[in-house]
Amino acid sequence: MPSRINDFAIKLANVNGTGSASANGLIMQAIFRMGVPVSGKNLFPSNIQGLPTWYEIRVNPKGYTARALDYDLIVAMNAQTYKRDVAEVRDGGFLLYDSSWPLDDELIRDDIHYIGIPLARMCNEAFAAPRERILMKNIATAGALIELLNIDAAVVEQLLEEKYGKKKAMRESNKKALKLGADFIKNNFTYPLEFHLKTMHANDDKILIDGNTATALGCVYGGATVAAWYPITPATSVMDGFKEFCEQYRKDPETGVNNFAILQAEDELAAIGMVIGASWNGARAFTSTAGPGVSLMNELLGLAYYAEIPAVVVDVQRVGPSTGMPTRTQQADLLECAYASHGDTKHILLIPANPNECFHFAPKCFDLAERFQTPVFLMSDLDIGMNDWVTPKFTWDDAYTPDRGKVLTADQLEKIKKFNRYLPEEGTSIAARTLPGVHEKGAFFTRGSGHNKFGGYTEIPDEYAEVMDRLLKKHKEAAGWVPAPIIERRLNEQGESAKVGMITIGGCDPAVREALDILADMGRPMDFMRIRAFPFHADVEEFLASHDYCYVVEQNRDGQLCSMLMLETPVAKDKIRPILIYSGFPLSAKHVIDAVTAQLEELNAIYR
Amino acid sequence: MPSIVKPLVTHPSLVRNNLGLTIRDYEGSMSTLCAGCGHDSITAAIIRALWELSTPPHMLAKLSGIGCSSKTPTYFVGGAHGFNSAHGRMPAIATGANAANRQLTYLGVSGDGDSLSIGIGHLCHAIRRNLNMLYVIENNGVYGLTKGQFSASSDVGSKSKKGEANKMAPIDPIQLALTLGATFVARSFSGDKAQLVPILKAGLAHRGFAIVDVISPCVTFNDHEGSTKSYKHTRGKHHVATESDFVPFANEIVGEIGPVGATTIQMHDGSSLRFTKVPEGYDVTDRMAAIDYLRTHQGEVVTGVLFAEEGVPEMHEMNNTPAEPLATLPFSKLCPGSSALEALMADFR
Ligand SMILES: Cc1ncc(C[n+]2csc(CCOP(=O)(O)OP(=O)(O)O)c2C)c(N)n1
Ligand code: SF4
Ligand SMILES: [Mg+2]
Repeated sequence: MPSRINDFAIKLANVNGTGSASANGLIMQAIFRMGVPVSGKNLFPSNIQGLPTWYEIRVNPKGYTARALDYDLIVAMNAQTYKRDVAEVRDGGFLLYDSSWPLDDELIRDDIHYIGIPLARMCNEAFAAPRERILMKNIATAGALIELLNIDAAVVEQLLEEKYGKKKAMRESNKKALKLGADFIKNNFTYPLEFHLKTMHANDDKILIDGNTATALGCVYGGATVAAWYPITPATSVMDGFKEFCEQYRKDPETGVNNFAILQAEDELAAIGMVIGASWNGARAFTSTAGPGVSLMNELLGLAYYAEIPAVVVDVQRVGPSTGMPTRTQQADLLECAYASHGDTKHILLIPANPNECFHFAPKCFDLAERFQTPVFLMSDLDIGMNDWVTPKFTWDDAYTPDRGKVLTADQLEKIKKFNRYLPEEGTSIAARTLPGVHEKGAFFTRGSGHNKFGGYTEIPDEYAEVMDRLLKKHKEAAGWVPAPIIERRLNEQGESAKVGMITIGGCDPAVREALDILADMGRPMDFMRIRAFPFHADVEEFLASHDYCYVVEQNRDGQLCSMLMLETPVAKDKIRPILIYSGFPLSAKHVIDAVTAQLEELNAIYR
Repeated sequence: MPSIVKPLVTHPSLVRNNLGLTIRDYEGSMSTLCAGCGHDSITAAIIRALWELSTPPHMLAKLSGIGCSSKTPTYFVGGAHGFNSAHGRMPAIATGANAANRQLTYLGVSGDGDSLSIGIGHLCHAIRRNLNMLYVIENNGVYGLTKGQFSASSDVGSKSKKGEANKMAPIDPIQLALTLGATFVARSFSGDKAQLVPILKAGLAHRGFAIVDVISPCVTFNDHEGSTKSYKHTRGKHHVATESDFVPFANEIVGEIGPVGATTIQMHDGSSLRFTKVPEGYDVTDRMAAIDYLRTHQGEVVTGVLFAEEGVPEMHEMNNTPAEPLATLPFSKLCPGSSALEALMADFR
């Protein structure tokens, strides 16, 4: 067995609602503090208590932290899923289970190792309160893992100190439980396991944060003052975070007033209506939602598009259609958002890949929404939004000033003869807008019904078309303002880039990069492009044109990104090879490699 | 030498309000509604009320949904910002607009279809938020713009133009508003401008959600024999429950509002609503009494200010927002800056 220092994956199987989350978080954070590249994926059910839930942790010295599908150690704490969990341990791997009860014969595999710890029995003896017994079982498990994986005990102690500082009783219970688990390992097993941790310094400039918190912080930094929302998984924590940061940073130090308003709407139709109303009045306003909410918002998104009112929508995508699987991840709202609403509409999408981009794209969304006077979507997803990611520390440029777009001031209005809402200056595609209450000359009638360039009602074909044509021009112009794709070419010895490309979006990034490294080692080098926005930046077209064909990795059934590329760029259909992984869990490099291999085999069979 | 003789009687269109504006300055573009439509009379009353209140046109935000009624904001105060939004969604848009800028005067115009069917949820929640606005329902018992379908305010037995009788119970916006906690509730009739104008003024002066249901006959689809929203039927059943004057900036000492039989309600801006007639034992500050009164007068068109309560926190007070608009707060007050961010990063280690 080669050295497996800082290179393994474990999976913890639990029952939802038993307090496993805090123990899982403790382990994850401890590894992070040890400076080791790590990722944690919470695979949880749409349920408050009782259904199975898993937490996966992967460490890798080179920083490959996409999901692993091969588990070196599974901590099986849920009898409901024992069978599935036992089956997932790799050959020669380990299963940690609660030996208070014996394992059924059918759960015994002779190619794996078993670590039985009588967790329930030990905790029942050590703790009196029933709820505490359940909670401390998780902490005792963490204690065992500290020894098995060589987690730095001092770091764990420090974390408990920070968490429970003043709550002495809780801290003591936790310490006691940790010791129970640790002592049992020390007395009964060889430890640490062949794969284990060793302090590194990979995380010195990094933080551990989830995407929704990052988005919320980005909205605060971007100057959002009005937020309207309706609760929905997995977007709720965006608003929770926004509220928390506003309490921290937006209470006026002198007067104590709230320099923000958070409106819990009656539904998503109202939430987007409130955003549009607030933006119409000149505030930076946003809503956060998931696919079902965007479905409801469609009508008013068309109004904002046509009447040219800024609006920012954070869509934390989950599995559809319909209610789908609310706690599972997907990238299946691309088409829904890009073309939301009836009639000819096209919207700007920014597509972050990690919490760092969530933070930086959020202010950018407001800038674009105000510059282009149109809805802008931040296309996050559950994997990015709700899982903790190790990401570079966020930084802020104090020189940043918000791009408020063309808004006429009272002085400017005073000087002009007549204000025409939809009449841009010669050769430009964006007309100045005015805000209510600024100047009488700026008054006009905002409407979603047919209007001409002067803002007047119209049903005259040419007048209608003139405005619609300009809207299209404006949308195309946005391509020059959105974040460019990330492109990495794998040059050969002659300095030429690869003939084949692999295109992806969002949270697929780490899995695709890892897969590309492996494929290159297998003699199949490919160039990488991660698209970060719609309308597509010019570099996207250039990338497509400069490759024989491109794989497109995305998490939906219908190849929505593929469709958009075919619709919106001149690329030939047969140059696009979809790799679609959409069953709801975060992507692994293995998914990508398997799909590429299968396609290659298919091709070989055809051209044999 | 010719001389200009000052006319003895000033033409009404030349009388100027406190801002020096004439009533013509509060007009909008020409109405495109059917001649005789009740909605046009309400427009005229709104123009008069705003002019009399000397509301600066550019400080007025007039919002609406979709319908014949929702078209009317085009026909008044051309110098105000207007927003003809989507069917039923006006209360939501008004909520966001108000959240961003609390200094404007908000006037929403809606129809019975817009408010009581597709948008009823938003209406209910705007009431719950005690959104500071005047909300006018131009109630004709039909969908005018889509040509005469029954609306949710149609009475049982009321006949459509084709003679079909409505079977479902109506939703009465007034009873709905009273039960949801609306803080200013009134009904009027488009044909009674003398009653409507002071009600609209009081509704505009009220801090919080003022709902005014105005019976507004649709001459084209619902003004026939057998309709309970026709001019004839409304005139016949019109029951003026309370009469009140709107007194701007009262310079006289007004009595405290008594526990029973309130006669004067002091508005937060210094104006007052003085009741000249209330039925025996009726207290306009008693919500349950208003509901009871409506129940005992079913079949009649009960009008007047039926309930009013000043001093209930409106949305901004509930949210503890600053006096100046959120929309105009300087960015320096909104963005915590780089050093705060650097400090915050330690929390995510
Ligand atoms: C989403 C949507 N559904 C349907 C319509 C069609 N529509 C336009 S106005 C209207 C009814 C208006 O009735 P009401 O609010 O009573 O206004 P009135 O015309 O009677 O004044 C309907 C159903 C629409 N505009 N939008
Ligand atoms: S159809 Fe009815 S509601 Fe519409 S404008 Fe004509 S009379 Fe008025
Ligand atoms: Mg109607």
